[in-house]
Amino acid sequence: MHDISAHAAQHQAPTSFIRKHVFSLDHKVIGKQYYALALLAALSGMVLSWMMRIHLGWTNAAIPGLQLLSKNGAPGGVITPEYYLQLMTMHGTIMVFFVLTTAPFAAFGNFFLPIQVGAEDMPFPRFNMMSFWVTFLAFIVLMSSFFLGDGPTLGGWTQYAPLNAVGGIAGPGQGLGVVLWATSIALFCIGQLLGSLNFISTTLDLRVKGMSLMRLPLSAWAWFITSCMGLTAFAVLMPACILVILDHVAGTSFFVASGLVLNDQLVPHSGGSTLLWQHLFWFFGHPEVYIAIVPGIGIVSHILMANMRKPMLSQRVIIYCMGALAVLSYMVYGHHMFVSGMNPVSALAFSFPTLVITIPATITVLIWVFSLYGSRLRINSASLFALGFISMFVSGGVSGFFLAQPSIDIMLHATYFVVGHFHMVMGVAAMFGIFAGTYFWFPKMAGRMMNETLGRVHFWLSFVGTYCIFMPFHYLGMAGNVRRYASFPEDFLKPLIPVHRWITVAALITGAAQLIFVYNLIHSRFRGKPAPDNPWEATSLEWSTATPPPWDNFGGKLPVVYHDPYQYGVQSSLGDYVMQASPEQVKTEREEK
Amino acid sequence: MAKFVALTIIVIAIASAVPVVMHTWVAPADVSTHGHLIDEQMSETMLEAGAAFLAAQIILAIFIWQFSNPGPDAKIKTFPGGAKGLVIAALVLVGAEVLALGVFGVKAWADVYLTAPSADAMPVQVQAGQFAFYFRYPGPDGKFGPLHPELINEATQNLFGLDPEHDLDSRDDIVTAEMAVPVNKEIHLLMHAKDVGHSFFVRELRVQQDFVPGLDVSLHFTATRVGRYEIVCTQLCGLGHYNMKAYLDVLSEHDFNDWLKKEAAMQ
Repeated sequence: MHDISAHAAQHQAPTSFIRKHVFSLDHKVIGKQYYALALLAALSGMVLSWMMRIHLGWTNAAIPGLQLLSKNGAPGGVITPEYYLQLMTMHGTIMVFFVLTTAPFAAFGNFFLPIQVGAEDMPFPRFNMMSFWVTFLAFIVLMSSFFLGDGPTLGGWTQYAPLNAVGGIAGPGQGLGVVLWATSIALFCIGQLLGSLNFISTTLDLRVKGMSLMRLPLSAWAWFITSCMGLTAFAVLMPACILVILDHVAGTSFFVASGLVLNDQLVPHSGGSTLLWQHLFWFFGHPEVYIAIVPGIGIVSHILMANMRKPMLSQRVIIYCMGALAVLSYMVYGHHMFVSGMNPVSALAFSFPTLVITIPATITVLIWVFSLYGSRLRINSASLFALGFISMFVSGGVSGFFLAQPSIDIMLHATYFVVGHFHMVMGVAAMFGIFAGTYFWFPKMAGRMMNETLGRVHFWLSFVGTYCIFMPFHYLGMAGNVRRYASFPEDFLKPLIPVHRWITVAALITGAAQLIFVYNLIHSRFRGKPAPDNPWEATSLEWSTATPPPWDNFGGKLPVVYHDPYQYGVQSSLGDYVMQASPEQVKTEREEK
Repeated sequence: MAKFVALTIIVIAIASAVPVVMHTWVAPADVSTHGHLIDEQMSETMLEAGAAFLAAQIILAIFIWQFSNPGPDAKIKTFPGGAKGLVIAALVLVGAEVLALGVFGVKAWADVYLTAPSADAMPVQVQAGQFAFYFRYPGPDGKFGPLHPELINEATQNLFGLDPEHDLDSRDDIVTAEMAVPVNKEIHLLMHAKDVGHSFFVRELRVQQDFVPGLDVSLHFTATRVGRYEIVCTQLCGLGHYNMKAYLDVLSEHDFNDWLKKEAAMQ
């Protein structure tokens, strides 16, 4: 920890519109820009999932207007098998990268990490601005592939080799579509690397006086741990994407083996390794699961304590668990490859740490659940989504037990069981973390309160709806329903079509419920009740400053930290809590410390 | 409100468990010698994971029910035992489960992947390409002829790129569009990808294995029941992926020999 004055960002208050709202150096504006990008991406991804679900339920159904987006992909509005795969690929890519990474980590982290550590900004504001605009450019590059003659790539968000490297001969979108995909993801990686550097240095170097590491809020810890993962994981994916581009444009053969034949033509590559891509991708891919979910763990812990009016049984244990999840995430990636053709002995080496990773996850859940015991739990939109997060995290987590075992993976690999598992644990749970964070922090970000009634309606429809969608995915997988099939013709999957139709209806309703959230967000931004500085009677530094915070966060007077981040359940002049930046000495009401 | 949340969680948890308990959607019956090991491992995991799922959701619901929106005089309490007890409980219980599943689960995996096929296992080669499987039997000489990718030509039905003019071993090779095997006979499946990644999945056999372009892999299995089963591709391979399948006929030894003779005559 250092003297803040020596390290704080040196940029001045912006005056022009462009510097204030577009190319801003202010971490709060950049955080909001990331949030807006994530919202746009989430809506795009959701619409794509609707199209996919309609096609899976009613394969020959015409979706009015879809032919305008792709004349070849959806003639008459009916989705072709290849267009289904293209929609699926774009849905997965958009959601994993531009929503689940962007919102909980880059958006909330940018806005709140500097404030929670007591800094005026990130140490490298220009890198920070660049990180957003490179990410935005990545999104534009990805979406532009929709307008290619043969559409975007159809290879799935995992883009397995050599389908991703042999060119357009392998199918629609496998030429320029793949190049745009890889360019977009490489750009995205650059953005996240720049962001991670800023997050790490903010946490380590810009903490205000009194803010020891153990006094950091759990959300700040989560962003710090996530940025450490981001720095290492994205640093592997970016070169892997560059190698794919080289295979396309420079005649290299990193991922294409010798002797492959497509359309009776010998592919002009030799000597590459198709499994190399899987190793590089999943070395990024599994930490990415935790890049998506660890911020949620921190955010939900932060929000729960403010609403339980007591600290967790142990913040320190949750920090250790998040750290353990991060470290183990690099040792388990091979469980995605049990039946890939890699040495089967290595499956056992990857299986054991995958099973072990359930221990820190279980401890975290136990700490959350048993911390509720004896609390004074306040029910509001933010706490409802935080509690929903726990329920989803448990539901998605237990199915991980199955997929961690190579013998069971023989039956469940590449089935809807896997789809259900990862949607629950890194999709829905992470989304619930984003929603909880939005309802909790919106007053500070926008200066206005969100509508509580709409928030609760949004929670109910989302909570019940997502279970109606994703639990049946597990049943389909157990029955052997293979994923990534455009339709289920006259074969063994036909009896499962009614389940798919149920899921489609649930997805359409649950998706429509998200429009309530969007309406609430936009309406509250302009018409919401003005928010007080500390509407939740919370303790961390973001609630010590004005709402919304001034450009330098604390109005030129940096706070000094006197307390742990979660001094709830105490007796103070304010009530049952004391702010981190308050010098007031308090007496605890808790039976045990 | 809070009580309604709690009830909803409990209803969802129980409703989620019902189809599993009732076996509403399950994989078809196993027809392999090793499949029962996978099924047993699956059942054991379901029991343990299911119990953990129900317990966690129900305890969460009970605490939400009991501790939300209390009166102004409600005192903050800490769970007896605190974090230390929970950490120890998790380490012991989950640790034991991890060890049990990890150790016992190895047997099923080892049966398929870590043991060599027996010397008299029948070799069959399967080639996967966009979007079909083709199969090759070695013929009376028991040897497969070498592959020449540059000779592959679908128009002339040289699907594997064989050169019988120059390769003696290729002359009696039997290439088929469907796979047939004798019942209760161990099969040594040699897997070759023609173009991109594919996979070989037969639910009833409890067998799934990816093809790796540029690297031939193999597995072995024994089918125990006569019947017709679907072979499907589970590795995204392009626009026709959903339709890439073939059939496996498990036949009596007599029927298999007749089938193979018929196929040989058609070469």
